[in-house]
Amino acid sequence: MMYMIRRFILLITTILLVSIITFGVFQILPGDPVRTMLGTEADPTQIENLRSELGLNRPLYEQYTDWMKGLLTGELGNSIRFSMPVTDLLSDRLPVTMSLAGLTLFIVLLISLPLGMFAARRQNKWSDMSLSTVTQVGMAIPSFWLGMILILYIGMQFSFFKISGYIPWTQSVAGALSTLLLPALTIAIPQIAVNFRYVRTAILEQVQLDYVRTIRSKGMSEQNVMYKHVLKNSMIPILTVFGLIMAEVVAGTIIVEQVFSLPGVGQLLITAISNRDFPLVQGIVMYITVAVVMINFIVDILYSVLDPRIRLR
Amino acid sequence: MDQPNEKQVLLEVNHLKITFHLKNGKQAKVVDDVSFTIRKGETVALVGESGSGKSITSLSIMRLLPIPPGEITAGTIKLNGKNLLDYKNKEMSTIRGNEMSMIFQEPMTSLDPVFTIGNQMIEGIRRHQRISKKEAWGKSLQLLKEVGIANAEKVIAEYPHQLSGGMRQRVMIAIAMSNNPQLLIADEPTTALDVTVQAQILKLMMKMKEEHHSAILFITHDMSVVAETADRVLVMYAGQIVEEAPVRELFMNPKHPYTTALLKTMPNLEMDVKRLPSIPGTVPSAYALPEGCRFAQRCPFAMEQCHSVLPEVIHMLDEHKVRCHLFTEEGVLNHDEKRNFA
Repeated sequence: MMYMIRRFILLITTILLVSIITFGVFQILPGDPVRTMLGTEADPTQIENLRSELGLNRPLYEQYTDWMKGLLTGELGNSIRFSMPVTDLLSDRLPVTMSLAGLTLFIVLLISLPLGMFAARRQNKWSDMSLSTVTQVGMAIPSFWLGMILILYIGMQFSFFKISGYIPWTQSVAGALSTLLLPALTIAIPQIAVNFRYVRTAILEQVQLDYVRTIRSKGMSEQNVMYKHVLKNSMIPILTVFGLIMAEVVAGTIIVEQVFSLPGVGQLLITAISNRDFPLVQGIVMYITVAVVMINFIVDILYSVLDPRIRLR
Repeated sequence: MDQPNEKQVLLEVNHLKITFHLKNGKQAKVVDDVSFTIRKGETVALVGESGSGKSITSLSIMRLLPIPPGEITAGTIKLNGKNLLDYKNKEMSTIRGNEMSMIFQEPMTSLDPVFTIGNQMIEGIRRHQRISKKEAWGKSLQLLKEVGIANAEKVIAEYPHQLSGGMRQRVMIAIAMSNNPQLLIADEPTTALDVTVQAQILKLMMKMKEEHHSAILFITHDMSVVAETADRVLVMYAGQIVEEAPVRELFMNPKHPYTTALLKTMPNLEMDVKRLPSIPGTVPSAYALPEGCRFAQRCPFAMEQCHSVLPEVIHMLDEHKVRCHLFTEEGVLNHDEKRNFA
C-alpha cells in the first residue's frame, strides 16, 4: 500500500513539473502567437487589444495559475487557430491516436514475446542468430521511411487497406483495421526488434539462475519451467523496457499520423506548433505527459503484482 | 568396485567420466573414472575440496548437468539397476523429484522468488502423485511441520524472501522429501548457513531420512559433518575417488596421504596452534592433469612411480578402497621401510 501511495505522489509531482516546463517553454520560444495570428501588416493597437483579450499581458504566475485551474476542471481554453475549445479538439482526435497506440502495443507484444522466448531456447543456433541479425536491421529502420514503403508495397497493392483517413471501430472493425493496421505496423516493427532482444536476454538470464535448477530437480516439465517460472520472472525486467516502449509508441504516433494522414492528436500537434497555437500545444503536451506518466504508473503497479518483493517495500 | 552386498544396492555409479568443453576449445576432465555404490537407507558422504568434481558428480546423477558445456563421455549411473543415462529427458523427469531429489548449497536463491512456498511445494507433489490441490496443500502443510516450521499455515502462503536462509533450507528439504525419494542428494546443504543453524539442519536431514527411509548422498568439504552423519565416506581429489571406507575406519585408519592430510586440517580443541593446518600446494587444474597420481605433487610420500603411473584402485579389507601406490591388496605399505604412518 505504501508502495502505491509513493508511486501516486510521484505521478502527481511529475505532471506538475511538466506543466511548469510546458508553460515556461512558450515564454522562451521565439515567435509571437499574436503576430502570427494577425500577420505582418497588423498595427500595434490591434496587437495590444488581442494580447489583453488572450490575457497575455498579465503577470506570468497569474497566467500559469489560471491555466492550472483550467487543467483541473478540464477547461484548457480555446484554440487560436481553430477557435474551438481545446478539449473538444482533443476528444475528437483522441480515439484515433488511442486506437493506433493500442493496436501497436498489441502487435509488439504478440510478436516479440513468443519470438524472444523462441530465440532464447535456441541460443546460438542458426534460427536465433538470423533472428538477431534481422532485428538488428529492424531497430535501425526510420519509421517515416518504413511507413512509405508499407504504403507503396502493401497499401497500394491490396485493396483492403486504406492509406489515408480513419474509420472508427464503432462503425466497422474491419474498416478501422484497414486504416490502422499499416500505421500500427510502422510503429511496431522497430519496437518489436527492441523488445525481442530484451525478452531474449531476460530469459537467458533467468534460465541460468539457481531456482530453475531446483524446479528441474523436482521433475517439472520443460513447459512448466519456461512458461510458468521463467516467463513470470523475466516479465519483471521486460516490463521496465515495455514502459519505455509504450512512451516510444505514443511519440511514434506523431510522425506516423502525418505519413498516413490519420486525423489523430499527433497531426493536431504539428498543426498547432506551426501556427504557434499555444493553448492547443500546451493541451496536447499535457495529454502526452499524462498518458506517459499514467503508463509508468500502471507499469509500477504491474511490477508489484508480478514481484512480491516490491509489494513489501 | 561393483560388489553386490547383503543390503540392496540403490545407486551404482560405474566408471563415470565427465568432460567440460570450453569456448576456447579447451577440455577439462572434471570427473575421471568414478565408481561407487549407495545402498538403500545408507548415508554416504562425498568429501573433497572445491573443484574436486563432487558437485559435478552429484548433478550428473540427477541428470541436471548442463550439457553442453558438460559431456558424460563414459560410464553408467544405475538407480535400482536401470541406467539413468539411457533415459530420455521426459522419462528422467518422472524420476527426478520422485525416486530421487536434491537440495542445494544456496538456499537464498534456490526457490523461485515470485511464487509462494505453497505453490512451489504443491506443483512438485502433484507432478508425481495424482492427488487434488487441496490434498496436496494439506500434505505440504504437514511436511512443513515435519521440517520444524512451527507457523506452517503462515509460511505456506509466504514468498521465499520473507524467510531466513535456515527456513528456506527447511522448505527445500520439505520439497525434496515430498514424494518420499529413495535417494536424497544434498550438495553442501549447510555451507551457506550460520553455524547454529547448520547443526539443526543436519539433525533434521537425519530425522527426515529415517522417517522416509531414504538414502543420502551427502556432498561436503567439512570433515566434522562427515563424522556426524555418514555411514560411509568417499574421498574425492581432482576428479577421482582416492579413498573409500566406512566412516569409523576412515577416521581411525586413513590410508591415502590426501585423506590423512585432510583429517589433519580438522581443527580440534586440543590443538594448540597459532595457524590452522593446511595442505601445501594446490589442486592441479583440470586442464593440465599430471600423468601419474594427481596428488603426487603435494604428497609428502611421493615416490618415483607416483609421478609417472596413475595408481589403480586397491581393494583392501573392510570395504576399504584406496587409489595409491603405497598400498597393495594385502594392505601393506609398499615402502614401509621408509614411511611411518602413525
